[in-house]
Amino acid sequence: MPGSPQTFAQKVLARAAGLESTEIGQIVDARPDVALSHDNSAAIRAIWQELGQERLAIPDRMAITLDHAVPAPTARHAQNHAEIREFVAEQGIASFFEIGRGICHQVLSEEVLVRPGQLILGADSHTPHFGWMGSLGAGVGRSEMAVLWATGELWMRVPESLRVELEGELGSWVTSKDLALHLIGALGQDGALYRSVEFAGPGLVTLSLESRMALANMMAEMGAKNSYLEPDEAVFRYLGERLAARAGTDAAAETSGLAAGAIYPDPDAAYAASHSIDLSQVQVQVACPHRVDNTRAVSELSHIHVDQAFIGTCTNGRAEDIEQVHRVLVGRHIASRTRLLIIPASSQVLGEALARGWVQDLMQAGAVFGTPGCGPCMGNHLGVLAPGEVCISSANRNFRGRMGTPDAEIYLASPAVVAASAVLGRIASPEEVMA
Amino acid sequence: MSPLRQGRVWKYGDDVNTDVIFPGKYTYTLRTPEEIAPHALEDLDPAFVCGVEPGDIIVAGNNWGCGSSREQAATCLVYNGVSAVVAKSFGRIFYRNAINNGLAAVACSEAVEAIQAGETISVDLDACVVRCDRGQFPFPPVGESLVRILEAGGLVAWAKERLAS
Repeated sequence: MPGSPQTFAQKVLARAAGLESTEIGQIVDARPDVALSHDNSAAIRAIWQELGQERLAIPDRMAITLDHAVPAPTARHAQNHAEIREFVAEQGIASFFEIGRGICHQVLSEEVLVRPGQLILGADSHTPHFGWMGSLGAGVGRSEMAVLWATGELWMRVPESLRVELEGELGSWVTSKDLALHLIGALGQDGALYRSVEFAGPGLVTLSLESRMALANMMAEMGAKNSYLEPDEAVFRYLGERLAARAGTDAAAETSGLAAGAIYPDPDAAYAASHSIDLSQVQVQVACPHRVDNTRAVSELSHIHVDQAFIGTCTNGRAEDIEQVHRVLVGRHIASRTRLLIIPASSQVLGEALARGWVQDLMQAGAVFGTPGCGPCMGNHLGVLAPGEVCISSANRNFRGRMGTPDAEIYLASPAVVAASAVLGRIASPEEVMA
Repeated sequence: MSPLRQGRVWKYGDDVNTDVIFPGKYTYTLRTPEEIAPHALEDLDPAFVCGVEPGDIIVAGNNWGCGSSREQAATCLVYNGVSAVVAKSFGRIFYRNAINNGLAAVACSEAVEAIQAGETISVDLDACVVRCDRGQFPFPPVGESLVRILEAGGLVAWAKERLAS
């Protein structure tokens, strides 16, 4: 019924379906503002071709990045990329990003291809990432993306929402990754299944934008359909300045235009559950094999030897993350039986790390740098593990087999903890190194 | 597609993720059913592909198929002849991928508790009931739009009909 109080998710899906309002549980035909795919685009194209269409319905709303296995590790991966390039050229898809530009979620944020209040569907399970700016991002499958390419719309169920009120400020060396792991540890891997996880409260604005990206991204690991962090002026400014720089327009005008498109929940909207977190009480967390909700305090794990430390991914491969690693490692060296792999989330992140001198310092500390992209996160290449090895990673998933072999163990933590562990050759907190 | 699915049960636990159902390292190179099928449940239960028979049904706990959006997590089961997955709950993208590929995905906690590995059960999508040795257990009907997709034989077949009309 029109006029009933609406959550963020209800409002965005109503807008995308051309409706006044929506009811929770309603299935709507939504027209997303952006349809995202990546190395899976060749497989999606094959499904799209089955639909008998010669031209895409929504080339202007599509974005394709090559990021999951770049540069191509095998001839078959290279063939996959070649098919995607051919498709992009044939259909005239303007928003196409070559190998090395970076990970889809980071690149689309940097390029401002998604805006607050919009709906983005991605053939990627970390599409909830875009909640960082107050848009609704949800993952879909390949067949769904193919149908979206052909028709411009897809069925979506209006989800229940879970509200998380943040208060206070994070302590020293405690990051939004720890906050995310704390929440997932408390509620479980299915703690937000099918739900929109909506963050608000005075603690939210204390988080940097890059920290917000990590938080929104990780909600995929709690089963969430999407994330939502109430956007503030800092979000609009970040996006507005980037839009203005690209288009040669006025940053203030772009910023206020973005703010005008933002969507906020009604104050009396209905939530399936509400939680309150005092950020000052969150501790440094590590997720142990093979579950993201298998969380422990870092101090309980100091007996775990580390073969590989990995910094990167759409979760924690940004400038702020590399800066933290630099803080821990500058003037030190990694342990002799441990290797440290750093893969920036995008070419812009790598550029910043170079300009600020971090890359040189970190290479002196023993780090190895890789091409911006997803790296070994899902076991394709660039640092997969040997059977029996242990990796501590700034990524998002520690599932058995994730990094190439079922006989390796993956621990998940913040970039600072990963860096400290590389220095001591065992799982460690930054305080142990910095003391 | 048949509304009645019947087969032997393969039973698994909670939070079985898509990496153990179909490893990520294969996701951009293996495309055909013949290539995909042998890797089903590779890192969860290597006995599965050796013993699975057409019609077999997977029964699992909470959050079956959590993790990646990779559609092969559903299609690798279809290519091995699996006719249904009955779980306490599903990872949401797996659920969509299953329906969109004509694989019945039924959430029914009571049935999962009652069913033993190896027994033969049936899933009746018309009557919305799971029948097993210990009785029969109802599940809520899937929505009208999803029924249209299932009836068409999956999302691509449904979209083809729509685009042709």
